[in-house]
Amino acid sequence: MTRASAASLGLLTCHSCGLLSRVAAHGHDLHCPRCDAPLHLRKPNSISRTWALLIAAMICYIPANVLPMMITGSLFGTESDTIMSGVVYFWTSGEWYLALVIFTASILVPMLKMIALTLLLVTTQLRSRWQLEQRARLYRLVEIVGRWSMLDIYVVALMVALVQLKGLATILPGPGAVAFGAVVVLTMFAAMAFDPRLIWDPVEEDAKK
Amino acid sequence: MTETTHGKEPADIPTALAAPKSRRSVQLVWLIPLLAALIGGWLAVKSILDKGPVITISFKTAEGLEAGKTKLKYKDVEIGEVSSVTLSEDRSKVIATADLNKDAKSLLVSDTTFWVVRPRISGGSISGLGTLLSGAYIGVDVGKSKSTKPQLAYTGLEVPPVFSTDAPGREFVLHSPDLGSLDTGSPVFFRRLQVGQITAYALDKDGAGVTLKVFVNAPYDKYVTPNTRFWHASGIDMSLTANGISVQTQSMVSIIVGGLAFETPVASIGMEEAKPNTGFNLADTRSEAMKHPDGIADTRMVVFNESVRGLLPGAPVDFLGIDIGEVVSINTQFDPVSKKFSIPVEVRIYPERIGSRRLKGAKPIARDPKANYDTLVAHGLRAQLRTGNLLTGQLYVALDFFPDAPKAKIDWDKDPPEMPTIKGSLTDLREAATSIINKLNKINYEAIGSELQQTLQGSNDVVKKIDKMQFEAIGSDLQQTLQSTNKLMQRLDAELVPETKGMMEDARRALVSAEKLLASDSPLQTDATAMMNEIARAAQSLRILSDYLEQHPEALIKGKKEDGK
Repeated sequence: MTRASAASLGLLTCHSCGLLSRVAAHGHDLHCPRCDAPLHLRKPNSISRTWALLIAAMICYIPANVLPMMITGSLFGTESDTIMSGVVYFWTSGEWYLALVIFTASILVPMLKMIALTLLLVTTQLRSRWQLEQRARLYRLVEIVGRWSMLDIYVVALMVALVQLKGLATILPGPGAVAFGAVVVLTMFAAMAFDPRLIWDPVEEDAKK
Repeated sequence: MTETTHGKEPADIPTALAAPKSRRSVQLVWLIPLLAALIGGWLAVKSILDKGPVITISFKTAEGLEAGKTKLKYKDVEIGEVSSVTLSEDRSKVIATADLNKDAKSLLVSDTTFWVVRPRISGGSISGLGTLLSGAYIGVDVGKSKSTKPQLAYTGLEVPPVFSTDAPGREFVLHSPDLGSLDTGSPVFFRRLQVGQITAYALDKDGAGVTLKVFVNAPYDKYVTPNTRFWHASGIDMSLTANGISVQTQSMVSIIVGGLAFETPVASIGMEEAKPNTGFNLADTRSEAMKHPDGIADTRMVVFNESVRGLLPGAPVDFLGIDIGEVVSINTQFDPVSKKFSIPVEVRIYPERIGSRRLKGAKPIARDPKANYDTLVAHGLRAQLRTGNLLTGQLYVALDFFPDAPKAKIDWDKDPPEMPTIKGSLTDLREAATSIINKLNKINYEAIGSELQQTLQGSNDVVKKIDKMQFEAIGSDLQQTLQSTNKLMQRLDAELVPETKGMMEDARRALVSAEKLLASDSPLQTDATAMMNEIARAAQSLRILSDYLEQHPEALIKGKKEDGK
């Protein structure tokens, strides 16, 4: 017994109004007959779009880690910290749990997210039938976790807003913060651009044969 | 599509609308990674392009240096950062590697200096206080060298330079016997204005003095002429003069940390400015500095045979009350022949201090020290130790004339020539007192004492003998004598007095009769008066006669003429 997907039945759902419609015989750029929203069987260009965003995120990941995240100016002079130097600072000063949190949220998670997305993209492009359910679960995880990577940016934004005692202490966001923010946003977009239904498409094809 | 598998076929499923085909060959989404790559690439290229020269600076200690934190600053502008601090191979030094900015390349000339800026308190200035909190940084001062080839290895200074090379002004060299309380950065005052500071000091190679370098800022450096005098303005210069106590200071800073001051004597104001690195002597006090410079100095030896306690090197040499020199050193010498010690005192005499004013018509004194000294010594010039202060017993060497002194000559053969001396006035006094005491000591007090005792004993014996004599017999004899004398007197009284009385009455009677005879109404008296009148008349007539005869001498022959004729 085969399970049919909407696509295999030639049916489309409108994301806006939920109307079910048939795929027109010719064509592309389908529109909902009721609300005129664009309709598609799968997200258009999902793979390449995800790739583009993912590559951009990877590029940004380098300056995000190399450039200073936060510039602390105080009586004691100015200090600019990258993410890693912050982690090292907390680790050496004994606050290892804080170091772990920052390391996980700011270095590990974005990196794992990018690796996961790459994995998903590659396997999907290869129409792999390997670990379908795990991959689907991985995708969901990537989507959920994504927003939490903004933690660092929130911290920097908060600090910058709060610590503005002219002369005594000022905190300014470094160029690394911009890059890091870009990484987080780009990976989120990449995750959004990816269509998890593509994971299951090879199964569909198998069923057709 | 089988109905069995899918259950109920939806009754009415509309067909999606299809828009005309408008396929874009290039997806816009790829612009995002392109943009990211461009920005990232640009950043990478920029960071490579911005990478300036990497230099190494060696220091004695890495105190305050921290890799990745210590900055290099030129005029407080950040020009680089220390990337690593390592030990040199022989472990004698610390080598700091610094990454400089790209535009710092032009700063790296051969005489560019580097030093670590730490908090420092010296010379009345506190510097680098900011580094207390921020940590040390490396200060940079660009040299004046014009070489274009950048140098990459430098030796850092241990002491920061006091002024930057581009500060206008001039540096001068001072020679001083000691450093006093001065330090690098100690202020230099001119009319109580701080116009510069000490930039460096070093002990002379022979260890005989200290050479200081001072930097006088423009525009004050023009007041330094070749005749300018420098002196220690450290602390308080207090002096007691006939006018009272005078206190000389420059400023509170100089009281606490010391300093220098300079002034140009009025006579030489307006002279041309001194060239940079001109050497000057550093005097101890202003009065000493402003003294007429002592051009020629004659070193002489004076040998004393008495204690020189209270005489110190630097004590004045006094000539008729004028300070003309000072004591340089005091030694001892032993004469093996006479087995006596004597004290040779080396003195320095500045003959120019003896004024050049001379009597009208006198010839200027020839500059012939030998002859001059010989003449003076021949006239009795001698050196003598005198007490300058009775309380402290300080001595000074006085040159004075003693015409009665035994003849002496300057011993020109010795080096330095030896001048004759005479015993000090105090020594004379002391010797006289000593001889008196000696004489007193020689007196045989015991003999005197025993003789005195004998004498006293003798007199005692006499008294005793007298005491033993029979005063009672003498007394009774004396009484008898007195009694007989009394009897004699009584007899005299009884026999002599009545006769005397009769004699006295006779005498009175004679006197009464004499009185009667001489009374004014007595006949004798009246007669006498009448007689006297007669005599007066006779004398008158005689005078008339003589007058007449004088006028008419012929009357003596012819007789008196008749009045009618």
